[in-house]
Amino acid sequence: MSEILLEIDGQKVKAKTGMTVLEAAKAAGIRIPTLCYHEKLEPYGGCRLCIVELGAGERKKIVVSCVYLAEEGLVVTTRSEKIDRIRRTIIELYLAHAPDAFELLELAKEYGADRDRFAKEASFCVHCGLCVRYCAEVKKKFAVGFVDRGTRKEISFVPEIAAEECWDCKECFPLCPTEALQAAFVLMRALSL
Amino acid sequence: MAKINSPVELEEFRKAILNRRDPDKSCITLCSGSACNASGSAAVARCLEEEIEKQGLSESVEIRKTGCHGFCERGPIIVNNPGGVCYLQIQPEDVPEIISETAKEKRVIDRLLYTDPESGEKITHEGDIPFYKNQQRMVFGPNLSIDPKSIDDYLAIDGYAALSKALTGMSDIEVLEEVKKSNLRGRGGGGFPAGQKWEGSRNAAGEAKYVIVNADEGDPGAYMDRAILEGNPHSILEGLTLGAYAIGAHEGYVYVRQEYPLAVENLLLAIEKAEEYGFLGKNILGTGFDFKVIVHQGAGAFVCGESTALMTALEGRVGEPRPKYVRSNIKGLWNQPSVLNNVETWANVPLIINKGADWFTQFGTEGSKGTKIFSLVGKITNTGLVEVPMGTTLKDIIYKIGGGIPGGKKFKAVQTGGPSGGCIPENLLDLEVGFDELTKAGSMMGSGGMIVLDEDTCMVDVARYFIEFLTDESCGKCTPCREGLRQMLRILTNITEGRGQEGDLELLETLAETATEAALCALGKSAPNPFLSTLRYFRDEYVAHIEEKRCPALSCKELINFYIDPEKCRGCGSCLRKCPADAIIGGKKLIHIVDQDKCTKCGTCFDACPDKFAAVTKLSGVPVPAAVPEEERTIKKSK
Ligand SMILES: Cc1cc2nc3c(=O)[nH]c(=O)nc-3n(C[C@H](O)[C@H](O)[C@H](O)COP(=O)(O)O)c2cc1C
Ligand code: SF4
Ligand code: FES
Repeated sequence: MSEILLEIDGQKVKAKTGMTVLEAAKAAGIRIPTLCYHEKLEPYGGCRLCIVELGAGERKKIVVSCVYLAEEGLVVTTRSEKIDRIRRTIIELYLAHAPDAFELLELAKEYGADRDRFAKEASFCVHCGLCVRYCAEVKKKFAVGFVDRGTRKEISFVPEIAAEECWDCKECFPLCPTEALQAAFVLMRALSL
Repeated sequence: MAKINSPVELEEFRKAILNRRDPDKSCITLCSGSACNASGSAAVARCLEEEIEKQGLSESVEIRKTGCHGFCERGPIIVNNPGGVCYLQIQPEDVPEIISETAKEKRVIDRLLYTDPESGEKITHEGDIPFYKNQQRMVFGPNLSIDPKSIDDYLAIDGYAALSKALTGMSDIEVLEEVKKSNLRGRGGGGFPAGQKWEGSRNAAGEAKYVIVNADEGDPGAYMDRAILEGNPHSILEGLTLGAYAIGAHEGYVYVRQEYPLAVENLLLAIEKAEEYGFLGKNILGTGFDFKVIVHQGAGAFVCGESTALMTALEGRVGEPRPKYVRSNIKGLWNQPSVLNNVETWANVPLIINKGADWFTQFGTEGSKGTKIFSLVGKITNTGLVEVPMGTTLKDIIYKIGGGIPGGKKFKAVQTGGPSGGCIPENLLDLEVGFDELTKAGSMMGSGGMIVLDEDTCMVDVARYFIEFLTDESCGKCTPCREGLRQMLRILTNITEGRGQEGDLELLETLAETATEAALCALGKSAPNPFLSTLRYFRDEYVAHIEEKRCPALSCKELINFYIDPEKCRGCGSCLRKCPADAIIGGKKLIHIVDQDKCTKCGTCFDACPDKFAAVTKLSGVPVPAAVPEEERTIKKSK
């Protein structure tokens, strides 16, 4: 693998080809907030918290760092007024679902997000897809998936598979940034008993 | 049928078809697209067949069932050739007379002709009807004259001549260069230059390359792609094959929505026939070039029309956009270089190869060449499909072709570009349609939707309506779109229902920025457009809703009251009898009163009150005047 040199927040950073901007930043000790990212999983690009700005001046564009591959000579900005404003809004949108989730409250503190900016939603799920993807990609069990789409999209356990696999695994539980997963699982158990 | 093995054989075959045709033979063409089938075209066709048989004309009169003519509002349409007499809104009852009078005796039946609403004159020929006269139908034109189920009909109008020319007289690079030179831009949404996209695929490394037709057509109300698919499927196949040749693909896909059964039927038949004739399959026209086409029926949502979602769906997975930053012309279907273009884009390609890029670029504006088909609907006299050169002004489309706004109402705005397009106000009606022109005005070309709105339309409600559609159609993968739109819809609904608050507009703007900048795919990125464009041109309407709880268009139910003007009410009782909610208090010779507590705001009384009294009015932003005391309600002799 060849080495490439890019610039993140004014700092020269070395990376290997095939690394994402997020990985390159991490390796250099530059923190970018993430929610749907997980080392063991394919980049998902769902939460959009990890956005960064590429380039400078007029030609700046916003991309998600967990998907965008590092390139030679790339100029990356991880924080700006605009980036912070968008991140703050995303966090506030999440807090409408899970106003007490620890991870979100930490982020809210950092970005000055208002817990009550948006009307509250009934479901805790923030659709990061970590449980779904972990079960599919790492465990290869497909016991939990998404059903429906858009604002009606929900996680749902497949009872037949879950009955066989989940009770002794539960590896997805600690991945959940809110309490939604446990809730859904318990509900499923309750319904199938 | 033996395969046609060379351009020479093709031209001989074409000549033979034309020679067999007698230009003096009576031929009745009937439009048989989906829209007119719904309004009885199939029944008319059956009657035509029976009647021709009955009148003993089977030898001398033939019927040609064509695709959509675009003026669907006045369909089904019959054109009698030779002569080209055009009849509109044909019912089965009209058929015997058409056969005996027009087909047989060449006499024109006046009552079936189009009447020009301005001059009151009857118009005999289709091309003279203002709706058609002001169009330029380069892509859509053949729909009027060919039976889509007949490959010979397509050949009779020079079909597959472009393919023959390219495969034998042009190198693949020359085909590519011609398309690049034509500056053909995508007709499906983004307006990306087709040649540039093709070149990327051509130069990209891959084990296989693909060309794909986007026939998902998800925009509600738009049906130009369906009209071409149903009415002229060979033109799309020919364009696709030319594209395949230019980039070096040997396999192509048509992703067509399941709701288009007739399109699928005609397309499959066209593929079968093209294979039989040697325009598709192995060794096309004896040149050694191989290309096959597979039709994929998508059952997916609106978002499946997005390029990466479409390719994911073609691979057999759930059609969700991919988060990749690699263009799909480099890494698309099965990670191979794949060119995806819209139906109309592909249908332009044979024209460009046949007539040359220089011919093509004489139509249009600096940045947008050729023509565009628009689907003109809404508060407009002539609705239908309209093809005009790029650069035609909105005013000409709406007034010259569309015939203006019916009912003496005032024009307010035209919404272009599909659900995530924008609204353009009256003072910009001189705008010339084109990709960059529309984008600059805060709207977009999209796939060519055009919805005309009149003074009775509330622009806040329009924004709410489209955001609701997009919220429903979001795939739900990324936060700015799924959560952002959900909140935008909530706030917009609040505003239209009288619960708007200070700060709402700023909040909407923040959400709009978040989606525009950070959403994963173009659905989310463009979804705030309906809000942003209406805010740009109609901010006063937003302010009136929020600050005064007033809907200036008198349209938002929660913000209006129906009120009977006691000075005008003559006690006729029309409203009282019709109100479904029993909300009208009245009686003989009494001033009628709307019981505001019972009123459901259905508007029945507003329509029921005779025009000569016009006593029912809509109020918004002002309190409803107190009712006349009971003892004073008797109406005195007419004033
Ligand atoms: C949500 C969404 C829906 C789309 N739907 C369609 C569609 O139905 N038909 C279409 O041709 N393009 C559609 N597009 C545009 C395609 O992504 C793509 O740009 C187009 O097919 C490319 O072909 P063109 O360059 O010939 O327009 C859609 C885009 C988005 C974001
Ligand atoms: S922008 Fe909307 S439709 Fe596109 S990926 Fe995100 S949620 Fe799905
Ligand atoms: S961490 Fe990159 S989009 Fe979620």
